[in-house]
Amino acid sequence: MTKPFFRSLVLALGLLTATAALAEEGGALDAAHTNIHDVAAMQRGARTFFNYCAGCHSLEYMRYSRIAQDLDLSEAQVMTNLDMTGGKFGDPVISAMPAADATQWFGKPPPDLSLEVAARGPDWVYTYLKSFYVDPTRPTGWNNTVFPNVSMPFPLWELQGVQTAVYAPAVPGHDPQVEKLQISQPGALTPEQYDRTIRDLTTFLQYVSEPAALQRERIGVWVLLYLAVFTFLAFLLKREYWKDVH
Amino acid sequence: MANEGVDHGRRRFLTATTAVIGGVGVVAAAVPFIESWEPSARALSAGAPVTADISKIELGQMVRFAWRGLPVFVANRTKEQLADLPSLDPRLRDPGSKETSQQPPYCQNTWRSIKPEWLVMIGICTHLGCVPDYYGKIEPEPFDAHWKGGYFCPCHKSRYDVAGRVFQGVPAPLNMVIPPYHFIDDTHVRIGVSPKGAA
Amino acid sequence: MAAAPNAYKPDNKALAWIEERLPIIGFMRSATTDYYAPKNFNVMYYFGSLALLVLVNQIVTGIFLTMYFNPSAAGAFASVQYIMRDVEWGWLIRYMHTTGASLFFLVVYLHMFRALMYGSYKKPRELLWILGMFVYLALMAEAFMGYVLPWGQMSFWGAKVIISLFGAVPVIGNKLVEWIMGDYLPADATLNRFFALHVIALPLVLLMLVVLHLWALHEVGSNNPDGVEIKEHKDADGKPLDGIPFHPYYTVKDLFGVGAFLLIAAFIIFYQPTFFGLFLEHDNFVPANNLVTPAAIHPVWYFMPFYAMLRVIPSKGLGVLTLFAAIAVLFFMPWIDRGKVKSWRYRGATYKIALGLFALTFIWLGKIGGSESTWIGETYIGRVLTGVYFAFFIFLWAYTYFGWEKTKPVPLRVTMHD
Repeated sequence: MTKPFFRSLVLALGLLTATAALAEEGGALDAAHTNIHDVAAMQRGARTFFNYCAGCHSLEYMRYSRIAQDLDLSEAQVMTNLDMTGGKFGDPVISAMPAADATQWFGKPPPDLSLEVAARGPDWVYTYLKSFYVDPTRPTGWNNTVFPNVSMPFPLWELQGVQTAVYAPAVPGHDPQVEKLQISQPGALTPEQYDRTIRDLTTFLQYVSEPAALQRERIGVWVLLYLAVFTFLAFLLKREYWKDVH
Repeated sequence: MANEGVDHGRRRFLTATTAVIGGVGVVAAAVPFIESWEPSARALSAGAPVTADISKIELGQMVRFAWRGLPVFVANRTKEQLADLPSLDPRLRDPGSKETSQQPPYCQNTWRSIKPEWLVMIGICTHLGCVPDYYGKIEPEPFDAHWKGGYFCPCHKSRYDVAGRVFQGVPAPLNMVIPPYHFIDDTHVRIGVSPKGAA
Repeated sequence: MAAAPNAYKPDNKALAWIEERLPIIGFMRSATTDYYAPKNFNVMYYFGSLALLVLVNQIVTGIFLTMYFNPSAAGAFASVQYIMRDVEWGWLIRYMHTTGASLFFLVVYLHMFRALMYGSYKKPRELLWILGMFVYLALMAEAFMGYVLPWGQMSFWGAKVIISLFGAVPVIGNKLVEWIMGDYLPADATLNRFFALHVIALPLVLLMLVVLHLWALHEVGSNNPDGVEIKEHKDADGKPLDGIPFHPYYTVKDLFGVGAFLLIAAFIIFYQPTFFGLFLEHDNFVPANNLVTPAAIHPVWYFMPFYAMLRVIPSKGLGVLTLFAAIAVLFFMPWIDRGKVKSWRYRGATYKIALGLFALTFIWLGKIGGSESTWIGETYIGRVLTGVYFAFFIFLWAYTYFGWEKTKPVPLRVTMHD
């Protein structure tokens, strides 16, 4: 009830504190509508992450064993289907890509994504992953409306398809502004399917940002219940004694 | 200010109830702090089971592996060493390995192991924690004229046989500890995990 | 040394033995059962005991965090993630600490505002107020250093900006900045020393100041919403007519206050631990990088009003001076306010408006302090508000010194809204 409202409020505040780059682009972010209580979604998101992202991006603060525990997966399932990086079950998720090579190829090492959703917000990550477009002027051949001139190539084009930019009419003295993006070459998924895939991936990354969130919301109910009972009792006690005071 | 009509019974009841409920809360609040001292996921991960390749260990040889920061002695025992074990019983503190804290139930036997020829043991002297030396040869030693092979701790001269059983008359009180372990196959031992279905 | 004539003598032999040598029970009694407080305390009087509760929380959670935290520039950020993920219940202990830090300031600001409402800084409580101001100063330093420890982007850049304020000191400014940091930029040396100060030095100072603050309070007795001195009207036994023993009446009332406060705190800890990015800022989830500045550097919310003043004043030196002056001026409240009437209930209507404006100004300045807006109008508004902030004190002094204030008659006895 108040959650979506407050989340929009946070979004609004988040927008207000957006980077200068975002200010140029001036667009609103799409709502990701993540739900970290949807274990199936996070399992799918984990699969997407390990298939398309773990080649370059680590989750250095996230252990495979924790993923197994929280996402209802067995050790075998995690080590066979998810672990592409050769770690042991208790190890954190470290990408197999050597940092030195990555810096050489991309200009900077692909950042660790353990806290990406905490730092940027789920809506930013969600919109970012839907906003790549071909741009021959860039070294990778890709650009992104949410993160202009990003160093990251786009590995998910097989799923989303290839997006191209439709530019606004040119204004002399200014760089061409992207008006909107459209899919010029369809991918394996329809736009709705791709959106769902990215939502699942974002949900997984949101969980990775704070695995304790599952636990804390569950325990919170009991704590609040207890405190309500205690406070009520304390109130009765106070009122009883204060009958003395006039 | 306090006047007649004070219901002392009600006050006592409310005070007691609030105190009890509050006390429950304080205890519950203490639990996370106390449990935070448990080994963390990082410690558990570092203490995870270790697979030891025993294929290269020669007869009579003892090789050290590491598990949970502890030295684990894996020894390939000879028939002679094993045959001498029962004769040592009268000289030992706990020949029958009755002290259950020192080995898993499936190693409470003469050889203190799953397979007689393979010893898997934590190489820490039960006196004050030094790492004993291996004296595998069956020949008289300066510390024991009737030495049948085993372990000798240089710190305070405690002695153990090839099954890690402690001798009488030495400072160490207990047999050396046998960790949980099992054979993955004939050449690999998984240290830290008991065999499936074992007690 | 013989016991005082009216010393407390326990019946229990063992307790009596201790009491003869260390009158601890007698001391506790004198502070609670035998200490009389005005009977008309309202909701604004919860915040002192709540501040004490939060202080205990910060110390206990802080001790445990210190067991797991790695105070090196290389390891700090990762150790916080270790606490959040690997340590059993580490996430809860950490959130209790960060939520407590912010709630500490909320409680302290309300506690201070109470003093402005009811004139609790006036004679004989001037020193009580000044000690409280020193607690506030120590608290600000403690919180600032605490925020640097996780060594996130905001930790690093916030440290850089705030430490660089000292560069405004003439002649020695730059040397001073380097001395504080122990390096040419906030680095390992800075983190190490901030850790020592945050974990032991400042907590000891805080504890000592709080003890002195409570001692000063018990010496003169508490003020109340009517500003009436209850010690002026005593009964035959020498007990204030309008007073009630702190124990059991205020222990029981404060217990209820604790429950209600913990409900709020628990809601935040379990359902909104970052509190919309205000308690735990988004940028601090990124490890410190001395080559990349976050788009917006600002301190945590409780420093924002003073930060706003710094931002809107176009000169560095003057900005820093204004910031320090805004805090310093509060120390002098007992001598700025020359009025004899303590509580705003009986002061001129203009005072109520002025105080309300002051509070609004403080909050609005806070909003500006954290604002990312590039609208130039906001800077002008900020300057006006800074002016209003200081104008409050000038107004108050003139209003009371020249006798322009029209007060209402103060009752002899407290009023109860029974």
